[in-house]
Amino acid sequence: MTRTLPPNSQPTAAPDALIIPLETRVPGRATTSLPLRREGPAKLTGVAKYADDLVFPGAWYGATIRSTEPHATLVGVDLAEAFDWSQVVVVTAADIPGDNVVSLIRDDQPILVPIGGEIRHQAEALCLVASADRETLRAAKRHLSVRTERLPAVFDPLESTEEFSHLEVGQGDLDVGFAEAELVIEGTYRVGHQEQLYIENQAMIALPHPDGGVTVHGSCQCPYYIHRALKRSLQLTDEQAVVVQAETGGGFGGKEEYPSMIALHAALLARKLGKPVRMIYERHEDLSATTKRHPAVVTHRTGVMRDGRLVAQEIDVVMDGGAYCTLTPVVLSRGVLHAGGPYRCPNVRIRGRAMATNTPPNGAFRGFGAPQTEFAAETQVNRIAEALGMSPLELRRLWAYREGDTTPTGQVLRESVAAPEVLEAAAEASDFVRHTEQTGRARAARASDARSASGIGLAMGWHGAGFTGSGEVHIAGVASVELTDMGVVRVLTAQTEMGQGTKTIFPQLVAEELGLEPEEVEVAPQDTSIVPDSGPTVASRTAMVVGGLIIKAARRLRAQVEAVTDRPFPDSYQLFARDHGGMRVDERFEPYPNVQFDDATYTGDAYPAFGWACAVARVDVDLDTGEVIVRDVVSADDAGRIIHPVLAEGQVEGGTLQAIGYATIEEIKLVDGRYLNDRLATYLIPTSLDAPRIEAILVEKPFSGAPHGAKGIGELPMDVGAPAVVAAIHDATGVWIHDLPATPERILAALTGAPTPAAPGVSVRAPDRGGA
Amino acid sequence: MPVEPHVTSPRTLSEAYALLAQQPHRPVAGGTDLLVQITGELGDPPDRVLDIWHLDELRGIAVDGDALVLGALTTYTEMRRSPLVAEFLPALSEAAATIGAAQIQNRGTIGGNAANASPAGDTLPLLIACDAELVLGSERGERSVTAGEFWPEYRRTALAADELLLRIRFPMVGDRQVRFRKVGTRRAQAISKVVMALAWRGDDGTAPWRDVRLALGSVAATPIRAGATEAVLDGASPDQSTADRAASTLAGELNPIDDVRSSADYRRAVAARVLHRLIREAGGW
Amino acid sequence: MSFRFFVNGDPVEVEVPGMRRLLDVLREDLALTGTKEGCGEGECGACSVLLDGAVVDACLVPICQVDGTSIRTVEGLGAENKLNDLQSAFLETGGAQCGICTPGMLMAAEAFLASGGPSDEDSIREAIAGNLCRCTGYRKIVEAIAQAAEQRRAADPHPA
Repeated sequence: MTRTLPPNSQPTAAPDALIIPLETRVPGRATTSLPLRREGPAKLTGVAKYADDLVFPGAWYGATIRSTEPHATLVGVDLAEAFDWSQVVVVTAADIPGDNVVSLIRDDQPILVPIGGEIRHQAEALCLVASADRETLRAAKRHLSVRTERLPAVFDPLESTEEFSHLEVGQGDLDVGFAEAELVIEGTYRVGHQEQLYIENQAMIALPHPDGGVTVHGSCQCPYYIHRALKRSLQLTDEQAVVVQAETGGGFGGKEEYPSMIALHAALLARKLGKPVRMIYERHEDLSATTKRHPAVVTHRTGVMRDGRLVAQEIDVVMDGGAYCTLTPVVLSRGVLHAGGPYRCPNVRIRGRAMATNTPPNGAFRGFGAPQTEFAAETQVNRIAEALGMSPLELRRLWAYREGDTTPTGQVLRESVAAPEVLEAAAEASDFVRHTEQTGRARAARASDARSASGIGLAMGWHGAGFTGSGEVHIAGVASVELTDMGVVRVLTAQTEMGQGTKTIFPQLVAEELGLEPEEVEVAPQDTSIVPDSGPTVASRTAMVVGGLIIKAARRLRAQVEAVTDRPFPDSYQLFARDHGGMRVDERFEPYPNVQFDDATYTGDAYPAFGWACAVARVDVDLDTGEVIVRDVVSADDAGRIIHPVLAEGQVEGGTLQAIGYATIEEIKLVDGRYLNDRLATYLIPTSLDAPRIEAILVEKPFSGAPHGAKGIGELPMDVGAPAVVAAIHDATGVWIHDLPATPERILAALTGAPTPAAPGVSVRAPDRGGA
Repeated sequence: MPVEPHVTSPRTLSEAYALLAQQPHRPVAGGTDLLVQITGELGDPPDRVLDIWHLDELRGIAVDGDALVLGALTTYTEMRRSPLVAEFLPALSEAAATIGAAQIQNRGTIGGNAANASPAGDTLPLLIACDAELVLGSERGERSVTAGEFWPEYRRTALAADELLLRIRFPMVGDRQVRFRKVGTRRAQAISKVVMALAWRGDDGTAPWRDVRLALGSVAATPIRAGATEAVLDGASPDQSTADRAASTLAGELNPIDDVRSSADYRRAVAARVLHRLIREAGGW
Repeated sequence: MSFRFFVNGDPVEVEVPGMRRLLDVLREDLALTGTKEGCGEGECGACSVLLDGAVVDACLVPICQVDGTSIRTVEGLGAENKLNDLQSAFLETGGAQCGICTPGMLMAAEAFLASGGPSDEDSIREAIAGNLCRCTGYRKIVEAIAQAAEQRRAADPHPA
């Protein structure tokens, strides 16, 4: 059941004034019937074409030869003489015409390790093979061997001396804060890897052009990332590189940066061969090689007064970037910026550093650094509440940000602060106070030989919408609305549909603006030869940032058409197209009013707006086995004005379950820098029987900087589920689990006083290898 | 697309025996193990596969004299739906329900579970605890092997190269109680961390137990019997001191390993605690 | 080798190796790409189809065992412009997001609906426990199946 709460206050400023009372017809708030998922019928009938469903006659099958060591020198690649290599094409780093780097933040990650080069992680790509049939391909792989010389490996980020990035934010004076504090509470929290586990594996198909160019069809979030990568490494012009998104079966960040690597591999093979090449990963390869959520170690030292006031927060964040930089500095900065939680504190210092290890590179995953640090922050808050003898709800009522408060970067939260609202909404809907009393009584009365226990836990969080700092300004995305010569309105953006609803809400927003029905607005395909670069589909920016751009574009289109026809757009646009031809309006991002950030000092408005969330989880714990059943979760989320409640709820429910998996069962163990959980039989995500009943409550506190008042929603629920579950486990059992996931092994060890199991995310050394 | 080994689909048991007598074949029943192995390239694929799915002689659930008999091709779904299993061996129905989900239960078979010889095979401890007999057949004739002797070492069975597993006989013992418990990784589609079957004879809950069998999976290279713990339980009443002694004996006699699914410490501790609980529930205290 | 069976009511005959997976026969030999491959080891259920009415993972069924049977895939449900009641329920409730688990989920749900058992939430959750979904949290899928069950019961209160 979903309830939508009215906003408690109107935004203070509406420079692009369209924030009007809730009952009024506004862009994005369909007052009549909501549009159904645009591509839903195609998906429900098997008609939708995902990459592996696309047929290209004459295509060969490609494969990647990968390292089986975490750190080594690649001495050579040997092709056995016994095999007929004429049936196979082999690509090595020597075949790369341009730069041998996967273009991203730092130029450290090669497309293929060159001969004589450094292998920095297990499953790193060394060379490529392709064949017309899979049997020959398998045989070729068996007859290809690599020679390496092993180098010492580093697995623990705390032992690493190689840093990708570091940063510090803070305000006030820590010494003053801790001197004033009546109670100081310390805690160390550790989280391991998490796999995105989109159900569609990574897949790319490359088609060579006669002029050396290439078209790539595949599963991805960010076509223009791939476009840039192809241009640079294959030395292509803008026109020679074409990237077309196929239907994409989930991304969650996992298809942000890694598809560039696969597209380059497929393109290199296709160009050398002169035929299309399919590079379709199997699950095992996808799990072994592609990016995961960064493991982290977060240390808190918090000073409070006996009456509950928060006076000092000292937080240290160490993230494991893996072997290459990928997006790590940005993940770290988001993690650090959210590490204090949504709480007012006069004296704060948060330091973060991201270290290199000889493990596969970590990358984007829903939440992007924040779930790690907010798990630590919220568990720390709940422990403080216990130490103070206060209710975790009361403590948060005291601490939660309100409008006018200042964050550690000096950002004044001028509007759209719904921390108190989401807290109250979740507490009320879950009947938190009454349940807490019940579980408390049950715990007190419980016999020492009780075999099960129930608990309830609460956590809240915040999530900056859109890119961090000046990100949007640097990207300067362009989105367009077009009236075609044929009299059809269509939206042109690079924003991909991967299940979250882009293709449904964009026509909805534009139709509202133009006075049309959503069905009358088309969406141009995510093909770099057709749509402009409106930026990547990440960071909960699609609805807020690009949604805002297309509304503005639609307004300009409407005004221009109406100026000529002097009649309402819906009645005149088709006539206009017939008489005057088509018209396309491009809208480039412009900074939000009064939003400024200094990248050098890391001060100012880290995000144009924040989303706010609170989750309450109820669990049953088997005290014999440590098994946890998460029974139900209430998640109250504020993402500003809600465009499409069904899709928004879908984001909250799905994000919450990913957080439950993160909290309970999703774990990757490593030996010698290799993931052991490299199959679906060993990397487990929740099934329908493991999933709790999730109640999504959509709280609406609009953001005036966006013409439709929307903020991002995709990542928000991911931040709060795990600490709520850990708090509920504590409420049931009396033990705090500091490491994620809170597996039965960790819970039983805590219950019985047995030694704590090994830290998550850190590789065990191979029993027979020395290493460092 | 994975490797596609040569396969033969005999329509009668004698045809199958003849093929096996000529050359070794890897039998395939519901495919839930073999196809995973081939697709995942877990070890070398077999050269020749024998598709036994059409051998009706290997199907059916029946009471035969003093035994409940399940054809080797009995699926988990059939076990869950069978009134005979529900009446005479409900623990087997319970075990079947913990394996995979509908898709696997519709295809996976009790014979496949036994012949695959995984130390984590969920029904195997139950076979051991119930003194089940596995009936094997070949051109040379039929023979029976007790479950306790069927898995001599890691991933090995007592089957000769020319033999097929035909059926499994569960002796029906009037006053026998059987309990099953699987500690898995999640609530469906889960491979066990510890799986346990406990059987005993006794008049009612509190009377001393006789003929105690305690079998476990996922704690050793094969499914095993916990002999020392059985000795503690045999002749004892299911009271607290028995439970305490049995649990600590079990913890002492198990020597599990750390692997991707769990740790040795957890397996040992949880096996003892689950046993303790089963005894307590039986004793009603 | 040659194998004859029915797909969505139509007779087909394929000449392929007997150990070819039903999944590959459907997708590659018969060009029915609605059935998806998510893991190749029976863990995700994306390749679920009905074999003589029972839901199975097509990645675990060798084609030699399909000979003489009847297979139903997502292509056998309603068409894009004429969704069946279950597909419509998924569309209305938001039970499909990225869509890659959807064909398999629909087939598991069809098997469940055809079984005629109780359609309470726990039963529905058990029926789709072999189908992983990473997008929805399952709630809207459960709602969709419950809605379809209700409609079918209303349409035919006494199924044969």
